[in-house]
Amino acid sequence: MKRCIKYKGLLLLLLPSFVWFFIFKYVPMYGVIVAFKDYKPMLGIMESDWAGFKYFERLFTNSQFFTLLKNTLIISTYKLIFVFPAPILLALLLNEVRHERFKKAIQTVTYLPHFISWVVIGGLIQTVLSPTNGVVNYVLGLMGVEPIKFMMIPELFRGIVIAADIWKEAGWGSIVYLAAISGIDQDMYEAAEIDGAGRLRQAVSITLPALAPVIVMMFILRIGNMMDAGFDGIVNLYNPTVYGVADIFDTYAYRVGLIDFNFSYSTAISLFKNVVGLLLLIFASKITKRISGYGIW
Amino acid sequence: MLYRKTSTGEAGFQVFNYSFLAFIAFLMIYPFWELLIVSVSPAVEASKIGLKLIPRGFTLEAYRMVFESKLIVYGYFNSIFRTVVGTSITVFLCFLTAYPLAKKMLPARNAFTVYYLIPMFFSGGLVPNFLLIKSLGLLDTIWALIIPTLLSTFQILIMRNFIMSLPESLEESALVDGAGFFTILLRIVIPLSMPIFATVALWEAVAHWNSWFDAMIYTRSNRNVVLQLLLRRVLIEHNNEGITDSLQGDEGVVTKTVEAATVLVTIGPVILMYPFLQKYFIKGVLIGSLKG
Repeated sequence: MKRCIKYKGLLLLLLPSFVWFFIFKYVPMYGVIVAFKDYKPMLGIMESDWAGFKYFERLFTNSQFFTLLKNTLIISTYKLIFVFPAPILLALLLNEVRHERFKKAIQTVTYLPHFISWVVIGGLIQTVLSPTNGVVNYVLGLMGVEPIKFMMIPELFRGIVIAADIWKEAGWGSIVYLAAISGIDQDMYEAAEIDGAGRLRQAVSITLPALAPVIVMMFILRIGNMMDAGFDGIVNLYNPTVYGVADIFDTYAYRVGLIDFNFSYSTAISLFKNVVGLLLLIFASKITKRISGYGIW
Repeated sequence: MLYRKTSTGEAGFQVFNYSFLAFIAFLMIYPFWELLIVSVSPAVEASKIGLKLIPRGFTLEAYRMVFESKLIVYGYFNSIFRTVVGTSITVFLCFLTAYPLAKKMLPARNAFTVYYLIPMFFSGGLVPNFLLIKSLGLLDTIWALIIPTLLSTFQILIMRNFIMSLPESLEESALVDGAGFFTILLRIVIPLSMPIFATVALWEAVAHWNSWFDAMIYTRSNRNVVLQLLLRRVLIEHNNEGITDSLQGDEGVVTKTVEAATVLVTIGPVILMYPFLQKYFIKGVLIGSLKG
């Protein structure tokens, strides 16, 4: 108690953010009880009738549930397989570049898309893939391929999302790996060179093993986020014809909740997703702690 | 590095590597370049298919149309307002939170840390947040875009870790010299924390400038529109019709150039400032990835 009085200055500083967190983070957590109620806007959260697990039953018995689960996991897994290694590969290739200015130029250009919003990226992708005047169809046309309506073909949608993600984030993601590479002891390379190792040998035997802890750490963090398959990217690229392969928990909860105004059902979907995500995250952080000796905080 | 002999295999790899990276860079930059070309092209040229490397014809008609639109003016004003105001308050509040959390003498320090950490792992989700904003009467005001995003646990943690890395002895010696609590903050801690302020500010500013979803669900009237939302209407909602081929002919042709001009006007500030700020961003990422 004495300490509280002595350090009241510090406590006072915390006050605004304490209140803010309570209102904007903890009140919505309480708000999840909407999922267990028949929410009526007229009545508000308190007065609306209890619905028990009705909305969860509706979710789990709906065939839509498996589509959502499948899409979320498939898109996340694709991202682990294709998006995750892209920055590592880019960093390795950039590391082999000897001309500083060329390297700088490439880096500047590849970092750029990270700073552009998904709305713009979505628009750009649609323009580039347009069947009437998109440049991709132009190049395909030169090879004698008929124009393809890329955005309307369900089989292609996930591929497009993944490619867009790589395009947007690979350069930016490479920063961490390049930093890790620059921390590697240069003597090791010289020693390897004297032993007759070529550049490839050095990359495989020195650079990659040195990067391994960073890679493992980033990988596990990604696993913790499996339930987030990337709302922004999907919402700005999808359209009704590809809902079947594009819908993830987040996009579906958004349409059900804020477009169809089915508040309780939408909250139930989000809650399910958040709880599973939370479990994955705890699991992932336990593993990182074990492997790297320090957790994510 | 000294006298290396390059084998043919390595030389081959170097050629491949340089061309491959140059190709990647081309892929990154081309869509933006095409946008620029289309935006200054006469409408007929813009709708033609093909690689657009140099403009055929030149007109600023599209830009004239864009800047004549009242919506763009509103959008600009609101985007700048939310970015500047939101970012400044964020840096201020974030410091107020991070500083005490960095101090070992803070009473109940662990409890506070847990309090700020929990929201990182669990959140109410879309609807409860929407209902909160609604019941606070913030719907369809610019404050709905600023107040709910003021703080994030992640930023607080980064700033806290940075402050913890500052030498404790500086503050102690100031205390011995008779400086009060606020003097120490103003004269020592804040000046030393400038790099982390810049980091958080840059991230927050880009996030504000680029965010659209909160604007889409919390604002209605044109008076409160932000640029990204405007873009979404122009690009995504219109384009979704475009890809079903219903939009052809003159009207569609004009829109192409206007679309491009709108995008460029919107991303302009980011692109223009980006080369100068790049090194700070990179520093920021590296500070962010360090763990305390």
